[in-house]
Amino acid sequence: MLKRRKTAGVQEINAGSMADIAFLLLIFFLVTTTMDTDAGILRLLPPIVEDQIDPDIVKERNVYIVLVNDADQLLVEGKPMDIKDLREGAKEFMTNPNNSEDLPEKVRITAAVCSQKIAEFKSGVASAADPKDKQAYEDLAEKWEGKLDAVKLLGEFSELPGSAVISLQTGSKTSYNMYVKVQNELEAGIDELREGLSKDKFDRPFSSLDDKNEDDKPLIKAVRLVFPQRISEAEPVEVKK
Amino acid sequence: MSRFKDKGGKSTPPISTASLPDIIFMLLFFFMVTTVMRETDLLVKITLPEATEVTKLEDKALVDYIYVGPPSNKALGTEPMMQLNDQFAKLEEIDPWVKANEERRDEVLRPKITRSLKVDKDTYMKFVTDVKQELRKSNALKINYSTAQGR
Repeated sequence: MLKRRKTAGVQEINAGSMADIAFLLLIFFLVTTTMDTDAGILRLLPPIVEDQIDPDIVKERNVYIVLVNDADQLLVEGKPMDIKDLREGAKEFMTNPNNSEDLPEKVRITAAVCSQKIAEFKSGVASAADPKDKQAYEDLAEKWEGKLDAVKLLGEFSELPGSAVISLQTGSKTSYNMYVKVQNELEAGIDELREGLSKDKFDRPFSSLDDKNEDDKPLIKAVRLVFPQRISEAEPVEVKK
Repeated sequence: MSRFKDKGGKSTPPISTASLPDIIFMLLFFFMVTTVMRETDLLVKITLPEATEVTKLEDKALVDYIYVGPPSNKALGTEPMMQLNDQFAKLEEIDPWVKANEERRDEVLRPKITRSLKVDKDTYMKFVTDVKQELRKSNALKINYSTAQGR
């Protein structure tokens, strides 16, 4: 009657090293993971126009011409310029602080003007017979309602004329690096203006406004209306030799 | 006799590390799920230009990449070449590429596709302009000049 030794069953596997194995894998994934989201300068290309119509004659003062030559040198509004002055240049163009003759003429937007225009276009909608005209009037009325909203938020402001645009042209041998730099400076100029306006009126930086937040949306819209980002990617021009 | 027996049994028990693997596993799974292995091998060498005013591209699933730069393989010369998907492509191939990429996405999402241009900073603008023209022709207007974050 030998007392049987109590069988230990299957030996339990020591799980102590499990953590080490998991650590090893964890470190592998930590190292290989690239969390970088692609970032860059977003642009919208103009759609191709099939039959070339003569472009509307735009007043010289409403276009800010930036040319970059093959040697990466800048010619802005007919004068050579250093890249570091471009930001201020763009800001000056957008604001025209001294009401200069060769910078865009700004239009004062007040609540009264907006209401008057809205009434005008609303009556236009009512009286227009052609559905096309009706649509055009409706669009215009909507546009001015947007402006009225902006006035309510910002107070009276001066608006850039609709045709005001920054035109950027490059030579065929301009380096892409320079092109991006120029784009960046132009964008930075506009951004600084927006930041300034937003801080001034809403007491918070423009970058903190969230376009997914319903309360912020009208604010963003208003600021964008005052300082629109109008950088035109000019049609490539064939260089004649 | 046992009056002075030490009271070791009553000291605080060591913290159990039995749940440590679970915690680590949780982290591990998180990283495994979020890791995106690069889909395509780059055939071109790209040093992105730097910029400060950058926008982050939110939805990776709605971004297609166009790579332009000198080929990594020296035998192919130093002139910039364009890579679509995982092979070199000519300018004329942009249009079918755009169409194919639109095809595999839901119809409502198609206008939201962004084409990200990853272009080497020493490329001449001629090449970039040509690519842009092709994109315009295939009505792919939303583009992004991919840049590295400057200081």
